[in-house]
Amino acid sequence: MGLDFNVVPEFLDLILIGAMWTIAITLVAGAISLGGGVLFAVIALYGHWLVRYPIKFFAWLFMGTPLLLQLFLIYFGLVQVGIDLPAFVAGVIGLGLHFAVYNSDIIQAGILAVDKGQTEGGRTLGLSQFQTIYKIIVPQALRNTLPPIGNNIIALLKDSALVSVIGVTELIHASQLAISETFRPFEFYITAAVCYYAINLALEAILRKIENNAQIAR
Amino acid sequence: MDIDLMLRVYPYFLEATLITIQLAVLTVVLGLICGALGAAARLSGNKYIRFLGATYVSVIRGTPALIQLFILYYGGSQVGINLDAFEAGVIGLGFNIGAYMTETIRGAIIAVDKGQVEASRTLGMSKSQTLIKVVLPQAARLMIRPLGVNINAQIKATALVSAISVVELTYTAQRYIGSTYKPFEMFFLAGVIYLALIYVTSLLISWFDRKAQIK
Repeated sequence: MGLDFNVVPEFLDLILIGAMWTIAITLVAGAISLGGGVLFAVIALYGHWLVRYPIKFFAWLFMGTPLLLQLFLIYFGLVQVGIDLPAFVAGVIGLGLHFAVYNSDIIQAGILAVDKGQTEGGRTLGLSQFQTIYKIIVPQALRNTLPPIGNNIIALLKDSALVSVIGVTELIHASQLAISETFRPFEFYITAAVCYYAINLALEAILRKIENNAQIAR
Repeated sequence: MDIDLMLRVYPYFLEATLITIQLAVLTVVLGLICGALGAAARLSGNKYIRFLGATYVSVIRGTPALIQLFILYYGGSQVGINLDAFEAGVIGLGFNIGAYMTETIRGAIIAVDKGQVEASRTLGMSKSQTLIKVVLPQAARLMIRPLGVNINAQIKATALVSAISVVELTYTAQRYIGSTYKPFEMFFLAGVIYLALIYVTSLLISWFDRKAQIK
């Protein structure tokens, strides 16, 4: 069987819908990973030990097991305890939490790198500890850690492919639907790969722009 | 939690762990070869070879590993590549991690102080002598830790080949969920094994790193 890319245009709508879902998953999971990352980092550094240790244990668990396993656990495992999440929600939560743990590590380093005088200054000006952390420390930490967090978001885009295994119709799953009608895996998977590459390049460009905008002229 | 069930099925999980370990070792070896070649290509004096290396890294790192596996395993037969699932898994994941290792190895080589090269050239060493006797031994020490990170990521990435039906740890967990309807227990078992593998690997890597550093 030779290659015939002429079969692709007929399924372009399906592929584009898949690409939209991939982008949607990346955006929502990316937002969760960023918010969760900040939250985990602040708890890991400032939290009471009763919350700090569970969070650290959870982070260790998420870093030491495959993302695929975590997605299965959230989608299939939670049903066992009576929580039946739709595939999209389960996928986004799984991806988001997984990368929140990685972002948290980066943000922790970023927080520790913020000059101690900033905390002292904030406290001296009469801000509470909470206000100092959220208004002074975290914004500076985030600005300094944007490049590695950006790398994580790009890794997240690629790992969003894993959500196909729990049945979200993103790029890979959409390609599989087209393949089941045409029996032409090579053409459709290459098409999907090209879409990923294009989204990847676009995301990189956007992230670079955000990084540049976030720099303060010193 | 159904402890009896877990005690009954864990031997099958250990069997699957052997496959996961095989996958991890083979893909890391293939990845190191690809990484060394890729780094050599990216640092080459010839601009076409440099372009080839850069394209390899960009394309592989720019697309999901899962789709690379699918193209190789399901699409391969259309272009005359017939591999069984295990072979496709090893080759696909090996090439994938190779692109990441290319950057790790290249980074370590670049990180060696330029003065080292200048000094050895001044001392009359040839370019290849400088590379082999001066640059690479220093770069090797610098790359142990980041390569260790790559290797740990790779242990987790072996779970992907369950999607092309290689009977490794994740696939086994899925299969037993199908027959027992106990997802939590099965994933708990698999998770503990992954954690143990990664823990042991991390210990080995930091031990090796300590041994390799000059005091």
